[in-house]
Amino acid sequence: MAATRRRRGVNADSLPRSGRIARSVVLALGAVAFLFPFYYMLIGSLQTKLDSTTSGLLPNPANLSGTNYVQINDRINLFQGLLNSGIFTGGVLVCTMVFGLLVGYALAVLQWRGRGVTFALALLVQVVPFQLLIIPLYVLIARDYGLADNYLGMIIPFAINSTAVIIFRQYFLQLPKELFEAARIDGASELKLLWGIAIPLVRPALITVVLLTFIGPWNEFLWPFLITKNQALQPLAVSLANYITNVAATASNPFGSALAGAVVLAAPVVILFIVFQRYFISTDIGSSVKG
Amino acid sequence: MTSTLAERQGVVPSSGGATPGRGRRKRRPLGRNPLGLLFSAPYLLFVLAIFAYPVGYAFWISFHDFFFAAPGAQVARPFVGFTNYVTALTDPAVLRSFANVGVFLVINVPLTVVFSLLLATALNKATRAVTFLRISYYVPYVTASIAVVAVWSFLFNGHGLVNSILGPLAPSPSWLINDHWAMPIIAFFVTWKQLGFYILLYLAALQNVPKELYESASTDGAGEARKFFSVTVPGVRTATVLVLLVSTVTGANLFTEPYLLTNGGGPDGASTSPVLIMYQKGIEQGQPDVAAAIGVVLVIAVLIIAFLQNRFAGGRD
Repeated sequence: MAATRRRRGVNADSLPRSGRIARSVVLALGAVAFLFPFYYMLIGSLQTKLDSTTSGLLPNPANLSGTNYVQINDRINLFQGLLNSGIFTGGVLVCTMVFGLLVGYALAVLQWRGRGVTFALALLVQVVPFQLLIIPLYVLIARDYGLADNYLGMIIPFAINSTAVIIFRQYFLQLPKELFEAARIDGASELKLLWGIAIPLVRPALITVVLLTFIGPWNEFLWPFLITKNQALQPLAVSLANYITNVAATASNPFGSALAGAVVLAAPVVILFIVFQRYFISTDIGSSVKG
Repeated sequence: MTSTLAERQGVVPSSGGATPGRGRRKRRPLGRNPLGLLFSAPYLLFVLAIFAYPVGYAFWISFHDFFFAAPGAQVARPFVGFTNYVTALTDPAVLRSFANVGVFLVINVPLTVVFSLLLATALNKATRAVTFLRISYYVPYVTASIAVVAVWSFLFNGHGLVNSILGPLAPSPSWLINDHWAMPIIAFFVTWKQLGFYILLYLAALQNVPKELYESASTDGAGEARKFFSVTVPGVRTATVLVLLVSTVTGANLFTEPYLLTNGGGPDGASTSPVLIMYQKGIEQGQPDVAAAIGVVLVIAVLIIAFLQNRFAGGRD
């Protein structure tokens, strides 16, 4: 093998044929392992009568229908669930974009006392484990402030995503200082600089942050589960979980209807992710996690 | 906003409008752009209210006799020392949940590190179908746990696809209701679900491994395996420490999977997690003080594990 390598030169990326085949096999197996459950989710959700044998792996036109979707929609209002998830996620997105951009700009561009401490806090917050916060946050938000069964109560603990703050700072740091100096001499206010110069230049970061921030609250289960008992206010993740634990057993095809709910819950994120996947890149998120 | 405009431009010394009482020792007590503090104020308030104060409150609750009271009601919450900790740590259910998470971590963390590094290395060199591969690897990570838990319970239930493929080899009782298999299945599930995120971290780290190292290894006649172990693995060590840390913290936070996949930590407590117990004790059974004590113990345990990981995997830099 070493001999082949030397003949091929020292290009680090070139592999002998056997190595390349092995690599492709590993990559393909990985893709199958990651995608198969999603395929099975879709197939299972469309089966009128549950078929968990190996023949159920392929779609059988005689057994396909939307019955499961109708059935779960009768018990938990899927549209209302999606709407609640949307309000929860939207609230977090708005707060993160508005306040996150402001603090990111302040951290990268402005010189002020407390800047270092604020940045250190943004890093530190990421390692505070949620386990420690569950009980005090529940006591404060649900009991003391009476925000149980309230959109605000859902949103508050996630309102400003610290990873977003760090990504914004990272991007704003890369902008040339002269740009801001020149505009300042022309008398532009900082808000105008942020809105008119800085934000348009970091547009890719905005999409990365929206994507990253979106999946947090959309997929969050524990917190909204703790504070929403009123079914009309529950995000879809919570109402689906309640359906699986309490109601599904009474459905004619319990797994099928649960899978139908799963498809409805997963679809928005998966579609959003596929459309914008090129913004979900390793360098941004990797560097932000490392600080 | 307009009043601070002049200050920001350095035309006039700060009037201290943003935070009064900060003293005026210097001409600009808040730095060149006091506006920075104003821009950051909402975030700082958020961190204070959602992280700093609740962390302190968690410790306080864990040392007091704390119970839920009507909002605004004045109730005595006497200091009880370590009573809540003793109650928590002498409860077999709590100890069981910590042991379960130990089993979880022993399976999940090594699998996560090995598979994410392996797939990231392969993906880093892939030249075809890269977008498709990236999407497929990250998709479980971006999808809600609840949605994929539904598929896994469909796959692993008694009459599920896995058992119909295994036929007579299927374990009895089936996976999720078998006390030897419930926790490992949860560990496999979480590994599968989170792997994309760690692949992402390793991909970023792989960009920073100098190409020259591979080239000189090739010139020295090193094969692919040799290069992987002598160049790639040490080259991404910082990322490995991070992966160890994040996967441990994620594991300690385990809640959704035992709650749904094994129906509340079943069978018979074989797959409970500390956070699940905190929920049951603290919120369902109204003992938030004991639950807060479990939370504190859990965080201390995670800190100790993280310290040891950093010590032994962080290495000799």
